[in-house]
Amino acid sequence: MSATTVKLKIDNVEVEVPEGTTILKAARDNGIEIPTLCALEGLTNYGGCRLCLVEVKGAPKLFPACTTPVSAGMEVITNSEQLREYRKMTIQLLLSERTHVCSVCVANDHCELQSLANKLGVDHSIFERNWTRKEIDSSHDFLVIDRNRCILCTRCIRVCDEIEGVHTLDLKQRGRKAEVIMDLDEDWANSCSCTSCRKCAKVCPVGAIYVEGEPITRTKNKDVAEFILTRRKRK
Amino acid sequence: MSAKEKIRVATLWLSGCSGCHMSFLDQDELILDLAKKIQVVYSPLVDTKTFPENVDVTLIEGAVANEEQQNLLKEVRAKTKILISLGDCAVTGNVPALRNAWEDGGKLALERAYLENTEVNKQIPRAVPALLDKVRPLHELVKVDYFIPGCPPSASVINYALTELLAGRTPNMEGRSKYG
Ligand code: SF4
Ligand code: SF4
Ligand code: FES
Repeated sequence: MSATTVKLKIDNVEVEVPEGTTILKAARDNGIEIPTLCALEGLTNYGGCRLCLVEVKGAPKLFPACTTPVSAGMEVITNSEQLREYRKMTIQLLLSERTHVCSVCVANDHCELQSLANKLGVDHSIFERNWTRKEIDSSHDFLVIDRNRCILCTRCIRVCDEIEGVHTLDLKQRGRKAEVIMDLDEDWANSCSCTSCRKCAKVCPVGAIYVEGEPITRTKNKDVAEFILTRRKRK
Repeated sequence: MSAKEKIRVATLWLSGCSGCHMSFLDQDELILDLAKKIQVVYSPLVDTKTFPENVDVTLIEGAVANEEQQNLLKEVRAKTKILISLGDCAVTGNVPALRNAWEDGGKLALERAYLENTEVNKQIPRAVPALLDKVRPLHELVKVDYFIPGCPPSASVINYALTELLAGRTPNMEGRSKYG
């Protein structure tokens, strides 16, 4: 492991982190919180949700903190008025894209999208909502996917591939038509690669993948990937 | 305070379950303090038949699902200084808007309620206002001044918003209200 470190400023605080660290990790390790949805400790970074956008002084565009490595002398701003507005808008877009009705959702009060909306003060959406009617697959013995609630963060896909190692899940189509599928778009019950390990349900930030009949608080555990990685290293 | 100086408050119940009104009543003894400062001039809780002029604050529960509600909402907006979307149905459409996922959701909803799920007297009533194609949150139809999401919003968040408004301050809902 390289011992080289890099010095930079995040919100005017001088920090020193190993070379190659992402802005997100550098901030978190120094007690600065940046809101995220698709990033998850223990999985590769994806940079899909754009919630973690930050400003870098001197640069004309915004950068996703979860995929941008630090560089020496960088001055990062994580919490400007403009960023707060963009984050609210990102949440509004996510809420508008599919059918998010918290009051009748299995993940009500345990959903990362809902809690970020509340926390960031998104009290309504300026975008008209799409009321989608995508297929719900409940063919598996106990796992259910309701694609109307999916925010396409791909956490489930990454945990299934990188931690469970079977890559049952993937995406089909693009943009707002995109959908999480099992194997070559089989019903879940017919997937021959799925080991029924439930990790996808554990890391899903919303109520899209869940375990039928199990309290959501018991299912959800977004630390599962990091936990398993740590255990594997211990051998 | 004489009735004249009291702040004129109205509440409206559109397509919602009345849970937001229950939550409003659930302010318990705090409602007594409010009652000293406000006069409820129109509400499902009082007996006025037409919406009065010069209302200071109107709290609206429910989404807009039919023509009558749409017309009433426009009238209320014209007669109210401060209009508040109260609860998830008013703010997002919530459960009543689930029918929007179907092209002919209104028709399907009526058939479901009056034909499929009924044992006796199966017929769709004709004397009810025509359903709109899509159920809408209030701010898609009129200007809304404040939003209090929640299903229902808690009594304390309703009390906070009203207390701030009555004191002439702007309520800061950030981190206070919650969806669902
Ligand atoms: S249960 Fe495990 S193996 Fe099956 S799709 Fe989910 S993460 Fe992949
Ligand atoms: S099912 Fe859940 S974890 Fe998978 S992409 Fe959708 S929101 Fe993300
Ligand atoms: S957390 Fe960085 S883009 Fe989603």
